[in-house]
Amino acid sequence: MSDAKTLLTKSTEAVEVPPTKSSEPREFSALSIRVNRQTYNLALDNRTSLLDALRDHIGLTGTKKGCDHGQCGACTVLIDGERVLSCLIFAVMAQGRDITTIEGLVSSDGSLHPMQQAFIDHDAFQCGYCTPGQILSAIGCVDEGHAGSADSIREYMSGNLCRCAAYPNIVDAIMQARDETRKA
Amino acid sequence: MHRFNYARPENLSSAIALASKFSGNDDLPTEAGTQFIAGGTNLADYMKLGVARPKYLLDLNGLVEASLRQIKITDRSIRFGALVRMSEVAEREDIKSHCPVVAESLQLAASGQLRNMASLGGNVLQRTRCEYFREISWPCNKRKPGSGCSAINGFNRQHAVLGTSDACIATYHGDFAQALIALDATVDIEGRRGSRALPFAYLHRLPGKTPNVETDLAADEIITAIEVPLGPWSRRSRYLKIRDRQSYAFALASAAVALDMDGNTVRQARIALGGVATVPWRASPAEAVLKDKVLDEATANEAAEAAFEDAKPLAFNRFKIPLGKTTLMRALLETRDMKA
Repeated sequence: MSDAKTLLTKSTEAVEVPPTKSSEPREFSALSIRVNRQTYNLALDNRTSLLDALRDHIGLTGTKKGCDHGQCGACTVLIDGERVLSCLIFAVMAQGRDITTIEGLVSSDGSLHPMQQAFIDHDAFQCGYCTPGQILSAIGCVDEGHAGSADSIREYMSGNLCRCAAYPNIVDAIMQARDETRKA
Repeated sequence: MHRFNYARPENLSSAIALASKFSGNDDLPTEAGTQFIAGGTNLADYMKLGVARPKYLLDLNGLVEASLRQIKITDRSIRFGALVRMSEVAEREDIKSHCPVVAESLQLAASGQLRNMASLGGNVLQRTRCEYFREISWPCNKRKPGSGCSAINGFNRQHAVLGTSDACIATYHGDFAQALIALDATVDIEGRRGSRALPFAYLHRLPGKTPNVETDLAADEIITAIEVPLGPWSRRSRYLKIRDRQSYAFALASAAVALDMDGNTVRQARIALGGVATVPWRASPAEAVLKDKVLDEATANEAAEAAFEDAKPLAFNRFKIPLGKTTLMRALLETRDMKA
């Protein structure tokens, strides 16, 4: 983990933090990122991955660290609506971007996202460790239009490994959520 | 990971100025104090492993030049800005139909998440996945010149059989580059000394005695665009990739093929091979075999034999020769049968 000092302020109103000046390289950066519609102002060692920033500095531990090298998909989050791997992005590079994690999928009235409900309905996990990454990736897969068939889902979800091998149920869950999203 | 300073330059000239300021003129881009980052899928990984140790990381995602993010298609070429993401190209219907080998080489690479992140300019510069290169406790001539190659007498199942040297047998694992070299693409480069255009075939260097010299680039140079000429071969083109598993794996063998046909006769064949060579690999001897011939199983086999005539197998990668030949034969025949 990084040895960065955390200067965490959590606020709903916009707090002005001067952005890192482009021409003055520094080993620490003050940055402002939006996670699940909330702004967070952080001071981080540049080495901090977005994944570590989410888990260790913001306290959103729903996003999981599997391999930490971009091979397993457990750390998948959405940035500006696109699925990406938070372990291979330095937090400082996510400045000003809109990040969605598993914690941000629940509606304000507490109801689950259709993809979350579909994973429960189809028992699409065993140990659950890969599940947040699977769900965020599945939302990306449907949004991209790659959930047309079971084969297409398997191909476009291949970046998310499940060591419990819940794959058949994951594919079923994605097809259910796809159909519900289309209806909505 | 080593500590690094971070900056997000606003335009190409300030990025180049910062790189010139913090890197020596003769530094290799991979060893320079300053490194550029775009998608980060390769560099962030190698920084975590201690293989890449930049003191200054220059984030190219803030560059204002719009052309870096554009794709321009004309009758004569497709021009890709270097910051265009892999997924954007793989999804474009016009590229899938005008030049399928380009879209397929990107669609079959990496995973959905990685394709959303990785830039085209960074993709062609990705570094090898040789296990001995990745793990810094092993001797490796590419990572530490003169320390020796651990792969030559090690577990070299995934290593190259073409373009190898006594100093290095690390495979170039990219897919997109095979399409680019087969189609005679060019890269636009900007640096301290101005801009230049380079044939893609000259971008990567054979390992020879200096496997640490991977490309023709200087430390202050940035790839700004990649241009793929279109011709009578573009529509009849495809990328075939053979892996240990069906998706999300590097190629054991792959073939990028584009054919200009007159009936069953080949006017011109363009062939590149992946997963088997140390650099993006144009199989010119195979192309020569097919010129003005009827393409059938016999001539496809002749071409495959020619492509691997100089292959040098080691203890664990001998299988790549028959696998590579079969891959090329299948790619040739499937490309011949395309409706184009």
